[in-house]
Amino acid sequence: MKLSDIRTHLSKFRVGIAGAGGLGSNCAVALARSGVGTLVICDFDIVEEENLTRQYFFTSQIGMMKTEALRENISRINPETILITHQRKIGSADVPEIFGGCHVIVEAFDSAEMKEMLIYSVFNTMPGVPLIVGSGLSGWGNSSGIKYRRIDDSLYICGDESTEAVENNPPLAPRVGIVANMQANVVLELLMKMS
Amino acid sequence: MKILLNDRAEEFAADSISVTEMLILKKFSYKMRIIKINGALISKELYDSTAINEGDIVHMLYLMSGG
Repeated sequence: MKLSDIRTHLSKFRVGIAGAGGLGSNCAVALARSGVGTLVICDFDIVEEENLTRQYFFTSQIGMMKTEALRENISRINPETILITHQRKIGSADVPEIFGGCHVIVEAFDSAEMKEMLIYSVFNTMPGVPLIVGSGLSGWGNSSGIKYRRIDDSLYICGDESTEAVENNPPLAPRVGIVANMQANVVLELLMKMS
Repeated sequence: MKILLNDRAEEFAADSISVTEMLILKKFSYKMRIIKINGALISKELYDSTAINEGDIVHMLYLMSGG
């Protein structure tokens, strides 16, 4: 399939991204570059200097809402991508309201508890919508330890499923980027099969 | 009984075990996890009362912080 046909196809779809940190910002950029039509992005945080070690933001954006900084960056990459942003902390009950109509949802939260909340909420309130979870991305090296697993048609995992983000094993750009782009790759694989 | 756990065949002596028992027998101690049995997501509160039976397809995944 030619690039122009791929982009025309992808432009019809809407992808939800829960969190605009290391996973969410990098995944959103990959999807926008590929030509995904609409991204629904939810995050409550602002860009901090420390985030620049792995997140798709710039020094001039420190202090901005991550959702707005990402809107700015994506508009400079692919102005045709429509961004719908929500500046709030997602609770379980908000999931169908925020991500309703999305063809695929990317889990890009930081905390394991929020990841768990989203998995239960999507399963219970948006059954059948594929959710791509990121789990395990800290440190450096061990590229082959980062895996992709399909649990079933509605749940996919990207990551090493073993490293936790802690002070003495922080998340760094290369492995965060691998997982974020792996999630984006799963999204494309699913969208290219949809009509 | 035989089950599929994360796409691998596993055998247990008992005919049926609870999710909690499976976690103990397999020494899965990390608490942040998701378990699906035959496609159904099992709530944590139901680990004691949910049975795993012959032929069941069980998936478990660990949720690590970081994103």
